[in-house]
Amino acid sequence: MLSRLAARIAVIAASITCFFPAVSQATLNVFACEPEWAALASEIGGDRLTIYSATTSMQDPHHIQARPSLIAKARRADLLVCTGAELETGWLPLLLRKANNGDIQPGKPGYFMAADYVDMLEVPVKVDRSHGDVHASGNPHIHTDARNMLPVAAALVQHLKTLDSENAEYYSNRYDAFRTVWEAKLEEWKQRAMPLEDVNIVAHHNFWPYMNRWLGLIQVDTLEPLPGVTPSSSHLAAVKKHVAERGVSVIIRVGYANERPANWMSSQTGLPVVTLPASVDFHSGQKLDEWYDTLITSMINRPQ
Amino acid sequence: MKLQFNSRPVVQAVAASAMAFNAVSAYADEDIDSLKKQLSDYEERLQQLEQDRDATTTTHLTNPARKQVKGNAFNPAISVILDGVYASYQNDPEDYALPGFALGGEAELAPEGFSLGHSEITLSNNIDDKFFGQLTIAIVEHENELEVELEEAFFETLALGHGFSIRGGRFYSAIGYLNQQHPHAWDFQDAPLVYRGMFGKQYYDDGLRASFITPTDVFFELGAEGFAGRKYPAGGEHSGAGVWTAFANVGGDIGVSHSWQAGVSYWNGDEIEREYGGHAHGGAAETPFFEGKSSIAGLNAIYKWAPNGNYREQNLKLQFEYFSRDEDGTLTMLTDAPPFETSTLDSKQDGWYAQARWKFMRNWAASVRYDMLDSDNTGSDVDVLDEAGLVTNGHTPKRVSVAAEWVPSEFSRIRLQYNRDDSYQVSDDQVYLQYTFSIGAHGAHAF
Repeated sequence: MLSRLAARIAVIAASITCFFPAVSQATLNVFACEPEWAALASEIGGDRLTIYSATTSMQDPHHIQARPSLIAKARRADLLVCTGAELETGWLPLLLRKANNGDIQPGKPGYFMAADYVDMLEVPVKVDRSHGDVHASGNPHIHTDARNMLPVAAALVQHLKTLDSENAEYYSNRYDAFRTVWEAKLEEWKQRAMPLEDVNIVAHHNFWPYMNRWLGLIQVDTLEPLPGVTPSSSHLAAVKKHVAERGVSVIIRVGYANERPANWMSSQTGLPVVTLPASVDFHSGQKLDEWYDTLITSMINRPQ
Repeated sequence: MKLQFNSRPVVQAVAASAMAFNAVSAYADEDIDSLKKQLSDYEERLQQLEQDRDATTTTHLTNPARKQVKGNAFNPAISVILDGVYASYQNDPEDYALPGFALGGEAELAPEGFSLGHSEITLSNNIDDKFFGQLTIAIVEHENELEVELEEAFFETLALGHGFSIRGGRFYSAIGYLNQQHPHAWDFQDAPLVYRGMFGKQYYDDGLRASFITPTDVFFELGAEGFAGRKYPAGGEHSGAGVWTAFANVGGDIGVSHSWQAGVSYWNGDEIEREYGGHAHGGAAETPFFEGKSSIAGLNAIYKWAPNGNYREQNLKLQFEYFSRDEDGTLTMLTDAPPFETSTLDSKQDGWYAQARWKFMRNWAASVRYDMLDSDNTGSDVDVLDEAGLVTNGHTPKRVSVAAEWVPSEFSRIRLQYNRDDSYQVSDDQVYLQYTFSIGAHGAHAF
């Protein structure tokens, strides 16, 4: 019975494969968990990559569903580029198991986690969910510091060269060009961001520690009492008091977060709210450096 | 640290008193005042620095030896589900029946009052770069007997390639949509009536699954399973596969906010020996026993919506499943000793449910469900069919359910559910207050 069954499946599978002729292997299929990695991969891989971003900048990457469409994309991926540090722990492991794709499993060249290549901030001493949605490896939002893109890009180009050795020189050249441009950009952003040094901020979610370190911002408090926990009225009252004592100049809300807590705090304190997009708007063709430009411009031109 | 600063006024005071003899005290006083002010400024700044340092070390410690390898680094991911319910019924839950469907497996209602549901422990991990393994143990109490149920113990290939995958061991069958999910992931405390009537809640067995995903943009999965056929609703010993199944699922996105999935599945057992749940009729206990062939065909459709695909704040889920079962064989009423009453059985049963869950705020959700069953059972001895619960007397089992959930985090849920239950001729009002907590590894849930 079993062998007959297996034969039947094989026939069905074979006939289906005939209906969908193999997709041209001219390019590598890249499955990026977040749009910033899609944008970075595109900087280095250019037209040799077909890039799919599993999330948009309007989605909270902690809370994604392992949808059929994502399984279908992961099934065909040659390279997975994600943040790691447990950011995608609620959906990526399941996606990897469901995708029936051996090339993108942990340990393979097709499995790339950006957080493996940067120094993590806020690594907890004690991991306990009473502290909210904490990550044992540290705060996962590493992309908010533009400097982190250099070590990640350096590691990514190695993976691309391994997976597609034919185009190794192409990737090397693009990486070198990217590094030169990026170093100049970093200098330019450093100059532009000087007025932001030592500016006190309140954030909605603890999304920005890497940006804060990069631009010299000081995060006085968060509207969420614990990471991922809905702001309560008693916590907001405490934040309000804190804001008055410490001379905060702006409230930062990440684009996908509910706007009510930040607006309430603004109405109570008179502080402006600056909404910063969580990532590159890759789906509309925004480039990586344009997003960092937006972050700095929004902060500099914040309503006073 | 303060000592350093405190020694200064002493020095200054000595100097000042010495200077006082020189009748320039006015100048000295001025000097001391300015120094005192400077000092208090320093103290304030120091306090501020100490506060900042405390805040940093307690909650924002920066990068302490993150490459540290611990002895338990290779332990599997462990997750524990704590589940409990308070149930209230108008009718006696012992009287529960689904006319047209003989009950077995875990079809019974939760006991009245407080009780624990399935307390589950799941261990899972990648075995190596080629296999994944998972073990799920449920600890359940049945009539004051503590039972350990091995719900799942399977391996799955990770790297077979070309879209193929094999799973082997004990696992929930891929038929239907809800069947593969653990009950704690369901949107209601109880199983849909059609699952209760056909699968005795849920179907799992020991066997092998092969699945294939096409290399297409639209998700398309095909698979088949062969099972030993020992578990309800099959039963008996089989040398090969006592039960086999086949399934196909297709799904995709519509824009960024809408996702869907649809599936068909088929379950077949040619020579099954099924023992239903026994019950006593004020005398000898009788257990209906079915011998023959059985097949189940099912279809399901799921639709989900979340604004911008951001499921955190708001989302909607619509779910529909339909099953139809065809059985042919003999039905025997087993008692303590022969002779047993027996009848031929030709049974056609079907049922469906439709439900919606709306998460309207980050921590709140509301759900509604409608269930309906139908059957047409005939046999050589209607009395035997009647004793087994296969005669409907014109009744169509139906149920309406509503539920409200408070979901403080992904790991906790409190649910209040009300059923207007017309499973059998006497309507019942059923209320459940249920908690479900998950501890440990972040269990990801399938779409």
